[in-house]
Amino acid sequence: MAEPGGESLLETPLAALHRGLGGRMVPFAGYAMPVQYPAGIMAEHLHCRSAAALFDVSHMGQAELVGAGGTADAAKALELLTPADVQGLKPGRQRYGLLTTMAGGIFDDFMVANLGDRLFLVVNASRKAEDFALIEAALPAGVALRPLPDRALLALQGPQAVAAIATLAPGIAALPFMGIGTFDIAGTPAIVSRSGYTGEDGVEMSVPADRAESFARALLALAGVAPAGLGARDSLRLEAGLCLYGNDIDETTSPVEANLVWTIGKRRRTEWNFPGAERVREELDGGAKRLRVGIRPEGRQPARAHTEVQAGGTPIGEVTSGGFGPSVNGPVAMGYVAREHAADGTPLELMVRGKPIPARVAPLPFTPHRYAR
Amino acid sequence: MADLRFTKDHEWIRLEGDVATVGITDHAQTALGDVVFVDLPEAGREVSAGEAIAVVESVKAASDVYAPVAGRIVESNAALAENPALINSSPTGEGWFFRLQGVDAAAVAALMDEAAYAAFLETVA
Repeated sequence: MAEPGGESLLETPLAALHRGLGGRMVPFAGYAMPVQYPAGIMAEHLHCRSAAALFDVSHMGQAELVGAGGTADAAKALELLTPADVQGLKPGRQRYGLLTTMAGGIFDDFMVANLGDRLFLVVNASRKAEDFALIEAALPAGVALRPLPDRALLALQGPQAVAAIATLAPGIAALPFMGIGTFDIAGTPAIVSRSGYTGEDGVEMSVPADRAESFARALLALAGVAPAGLGARDSLRLEAGLCLYGNDIDETTSPVEANLVWTIGKRRRTEWNFPGAERVREELDGGAKRLRVGIRPEGRQPARAHTEVQAGGTPIGEVTSGGFGPSVNGPVAMGYVAREHAADGTPLELMVRGKPIPARVAPLPFTPHRYAR
Repeated sequence: MADLRFTKDHEWIRLEGDVATVGITDHAQTALGDVVFVDLPEAGREVSAGEAIAVVESVKAASDVYAPVAGRIVESNAALAENPALINSSPTGEGWFFRLQGVDAAAVAALMDEAAYAAFLETVA
């Protein structure tokens, strides 16, 4: 289980709180993170779907992008690296996007928000150093990237999440899905977005690192709120059909193959001026060779990442994320299959420990999204 | 009831008469977390000591289960197919995996006793 360099793991500002809560700490993206608390992954997952779960996602990279001439300059600069429509992002709004490579692969996935006077970015922990270097190198004069290593990030997710946080800051209840703003929460200044990565309604909150523990304790004291670890975060996002960078998307997968064409702005699809536009255009016109799909194994046995996918005995793809879905109450997976096998309901076999397990292509998400509308 | 003996792979074995019952330890089920599936060996199969003959899957991981000693599978725990969570709630009771016949009692006695296993866990903690 130990990873290289395990002795020099980084910690988030909430590490002491996790240990105090009985969190089982594991290495993840160079950080010691709680995979679960004593309640266990199953209970933490189900609590998020029924009430509200608090996640520490402070390992993720946060940064501001500031333009001397305003956010328009910063947005224009970021569009050098992503097919997302950043220039069209209005103040108080957030958007999910991809950083793409010149070859049309996915360098990372990220969130970008327009805070009025600056852009606010959240990127993956495993990619933040690479992302920030890539962005720095691409910026024109007058636009600056300011990493925010002194901020923690917490996610409060679930059908009771917004009602719970609104007892401390009533204005948050008025945020629309993918809306963002700054709020004073129990004396802590926070950047709050109505978003997350569980498929549930909820918020993500960026707060100063030195306030993070007291802030988290205030949230855990709210009715319906329980802590949840990385294990539940992974099963929740898988059921919600959301990609994990490094598993489901990477530099070899294109936005078209990954079924993430919706992250490409309409204007960007007329300009074709983003990295990898040539491959994306070709695949949109001629069809990608493979596609990311949902997969439901029959029976109870989970098929994990890297499981070979066959159709009629011929290898046609690979599982990229797989496990047990507590809300589905059965195994769920996603992966890439050859395009001719990607239609919903197509029968597949998953080669688990040398034995074929019958499965079918299934629509994503496995559990309906319940975002605020 | 006969004493439990333990392996370094965190199986327990209890020999009663000529039938040995095998499962995974409380330490193992705690480390795995919520168990959601088990793949058990079929009755009649001859197994050797250290052979991977069952699989236990939790929400987060899959893990092999090994035969602590050689023998012939006479029964697997059918209740686990319906309710694999028995492995978490009662690892050394209702959560047993399979039963072996024709085992060498001396091979069972040579495994760790409870105190030795507790000491072993200290070294891997």
